[in-house]
Amino acid sequence: MLVNELKKSFLISLWFMFLTFPIMVIRVNTVENIIQWRWANLFFVGIGSFVLSALWRYLIRRKEQGIKKTEVDGVARVTLSQRLLRERRFTIPALIVIAIVALAFPFVFSLYQTNIMITALIYVLLGLGLNIVVGVAGLLDLGYAAFYLVGAYSYALLNYHFGFGFWTVLGLGAGMAALFGIILGFPVLRLRGDYLAIVTLGFGEIIRLIMENWNEFSFGPSGIANIPRPGFFGVEMNFEQVTVYVYFLMIALSLFTIFVVNRLQNSRIGRAWIALREDEVACQAMGIDKRKTKLMAFALGATWAGFAGVVFAAKTTFINPASFTLWESINILCVVVLGGMGSIVGVIVGAFILILLPEYLRFLSEYRILAFGTVLVLMMVFRPGGIVETVRRTYQYEEADH
Amino acid sequence: MEYFFELFLGGLTRGSIYALIALGYTMVYGIVQLINFAHGEIYMIGAFTALIVISVLTMMGWNQIAILLIAAGVAVIYSSAYGYTMEKIAYKPLRQAPRLSALISAIGMSLFLQNYVLLAQTSDFLPFPGLIPDFEFMEPYAHIIGSPELVIIITTTIVMISLTFLIKFTKIGKAMRATAQDRDMAMLVGVDVNRVISMTFIIGSATAAIGGVLIASHIGQINFYIGFIAGIKAFVAAVLGGIGSIPGAVLGSLILGWTESFFTGYISSDYEDVFAFIFLVVILIFRPAGILGRSTAEKV
Amino acid sequence: MDMEPILDVKQLTMDFGGLRALDSVDLDVSQGEIVALIGPNGAGKTTFFNCITGIYDPTGGDIMITAPKNGRTQRINGIKPNLVTEKGLARTFQNIRLFQNMTVLENVMIGCHCRMKAGILGAVLRGISTRREEEAVIQKSYSILKKIGLEKYVNEFAKNLPYGAQRRLEIARAMATEPFMLLLDEPAAGMNPQETRELDELIVKICETEGISILLIEHDMKLVMSLSDRIFVMDYGKKIAQGTPAEIRKNPAVIKAYLGEEIDA
Repeated sequence: MLVNELKKSFLISLWFMFLTFPIMVIRVNTVENIIQWRWANLFFVGIGSFVLSALWRYLIRRKEQGIKKTEVDGVARVTLSQRLLRERRFTIPALIVIAIVALAFPFVFSLYQTNIMITALIYVLLGLGLNIVVGVAGLLDLGYAAFYLVGAYSYALLNYHFGFGFWTVLGLGAGMAALFGIILGFPVLRLRGDYLAIVTLGFGEIIRLIMENWNEFSFGPSGIANIPRPGFFGVEMNFEQVTVYVYFLMIALSLFTIFVVNRLQNSRIGRAWIALREDEVACQAMGIDKRKTKLMAFALGATWAGFAGVVFAAKTTFINPASFTLWESINILCVVVLGGMGSIVGVIVGAFILILLPEYLRFLSEYRILAFGTVLVLMMVFRPGGIVETVRRTYQYEEADH
Repeated sequence: MEYFFELFLGGLTRGSIYALIALGYTMVYGIVQLINFAHGEIYMIGAFTALIVISVLTMMGWNQIAILLIAAGVAVIYSSAYGYTMEKIAYKPLRQAPRLSALISAIGMSLFLQNYVLLAQTSDFLPFPGLIPDFEFMEPYAHIIGSPELVIIITTTIVMISLTFLIKFTKIGKAMRATAQDRDMAMLVGVDVNRVISMTFIIGSATAAIGGVLIASHIGQINFYIGFIAGIKAFVAAVLGGIGSIPGAVLGSLILGWTESFFTGYISSDYEDVFAFIFLVVILIFRPAGILGRSTAEKV
Repeated sequence: MDMEPILDVKQLTMDFGGLRALDSVDLDVSQGEIVALIGPNGAGKTTFFNCITGIYDPTGGDIMITAPKNGRTQRINGIKPNLVTEKGLARTFQNIRLFQNMTVLENVMIGCHCRMKAGILGAVLRGISTRREEEAVIQKSYSILKKIGLEKYVNEFAKNLPYGAQRRLEIARAMATEPFMLLLDEPAAGMNPQETRELDELIVKICETEGISILLIEHDMKLVMSLSDRIFVMDYGKKIAQGTPAEIRKNPAVIKAYLGEEIDA
């Protein structure tokens, strides 16, 4: 048994040593014609893959046993996170603690930390918006960054040309994004699954590339600078004060988003979205207007990207198309999937982990994205339901109450 | 008219390269219904491996043609090995999972491979030697089409023909078609589905590696990021033709190549990519399953 | 039959490419009737349903409905499935198409969707009218489940239901759309004799106490003969016979179409 496992691990490590040999061992510089041989790397790969392959097989086996067990028992395991979320005894104190931390944060931590927090909160907005489209309505959207772009450029351009202020554009930008959501929604109503994904991807790229090339309109790749920060009834604020102000603004906006998204999910419209995700044909046969329901999902999802875009432009004071690439869309999608699709708590947790983890993993510096890619694969293999595997709150009928 | 021919052949070359990459997408999609987002990375690794082999052999003073052939061979072997391993790690454990999970896993794999090459090699663009010699008999036509382009078009044609042959007439090809039609049924009649899926990844990766070597020596430089853009373009081509269909992938690639070539040649090079995407969106709106794709009307 | 039919299909034709799946089919259902549509596999019965419920746009012919509520006659060829449902024709599916990851109650609530009003603003503000509406829908859904006999499963996920209960839930969900006519596509398929008997009673009950007319496709001849007021028989896309169960039993064309199969089980 043990001998067998060791043999397997040994063979796998040999395979990986072969696999990584050219790229890990030889480094070429074709400019100066230098070849560097790094034999030590081969040794590291061998040891590393030996250990990791054993661990991998152990984890896979444990996962398979877990699946078998649920099949036998007929009930899904209730995970710790699910239990904690249900327990009122736990949730109320937790919410109080979170509220205190959130309020005290900018006064306790440095400006730099507060800025990171603002970014994380922007991703909460983006994640919750995309969650409506992908998590609830089941429409895979790979071009979500386009709506984020629309929000950001709405503020930048309206301010540049007409001098519109932050608060005016906050609503307008969200409205513009929603409009674009509908414009995108119309042509893709008939498409499903992967075709929908690729068309939304194309749409996102089209918008970004237009911004990159249409210099007269968008100032091209050089972007727009000197976008004013949000004001507060004309009060003069220094940089530090503005940051704190934006922080609280984002807290308020996030709370508003959570409130609205939660209400939407638990409503007639939210139910229709879920039904649409489950079975489109049956959904229509039950009298639900597929077009209207899909368009609403696209528009309402895009709205939050619009809000986030306006705040992003105001926070960084500089935007250019490079901030809204396909990777940005993928990043937001990862927030939704990592956290747990369809769950509001999950998306919030996902946003914080995705933004804060790389920031605090600075010691890994250049290995950050490598690690991030690894985490994505491992998450999907070992915990596909996301970090917070919440079960959707369902409508329950309790006879005694009525 | 000559300009037209030049653009036509330019588009054909471009389309051939897209086709070599698009094949991997479409074959994998046909068999496991997965958008293998990391497929572009396989192509990039093929190009990098080739560059490493070329550099080593050049220093040893080998003959140019021999270097080219050996480099291409090693690239094919390594890309296939990477494709095979990637499937085992990132996709096999997710066979029963929702499709979105597999897509995210593929994105993770893509990020990993990009950064693996970035860290182990370099983030700079590396010059890639143009190894394809200028043939003498091509000289009279040199103003329309160069020898490298000719080699690309011919290689692609050979690959396509062998692939068609493989899928139509060999045992593994039959097993592949069976698995694509109905995986469970194929399993029931004794097809080793795991082997078929592995083979699909291996073949798709091998053609991508050929594409990688050809395009790298055509363009003359590579870096760790080339896989992403080429991958997206090839994927667009595969969807355009009807994903899952091999002739579709070739047709989609050629159409994309020609559109880009003519558009940049006659209109403007600024909006080349915009045009490619608009074209894709328009095609899919009118033919939601691509040009040659079977529209799978759901049975009600 | 001097009553005006609530569903009147005339010369319905449906072509798929070169294939004629339906060839000038006539069919009518009157208020309070249970009508069965039978025929060998591939006769075009489900295609006929799909044309009526808006999933396909028929190539030719007319589909006329007359809502008993206001007596207005409309042609519904090619309108969207959700509008057909809104006009009062609800259906079930041959291959069960429940919302698997929603509870039984939620499945029925989805059926109520087109009879509700709350929009985006209503959902966000959740004013008194929205809350009342939600409350009313839960009550209505529960009472429908009670009628169908599924109340013990109310908070279960649809996917965890036994097979027979899933078929009944399809009916419950369709009833929630407040139809004047139900189209049932093989409601007894895969049921055991006990379940089939219960289904028989249920369908009669729906028709008699709820005043909902029924058009059903079914292969279980015993069920068809005991339930139906009238039967239409199709073969190769054409209507080959119509009449009461007794007439159909004796019809030579029907016997020929079903050659080797038992009609009068």
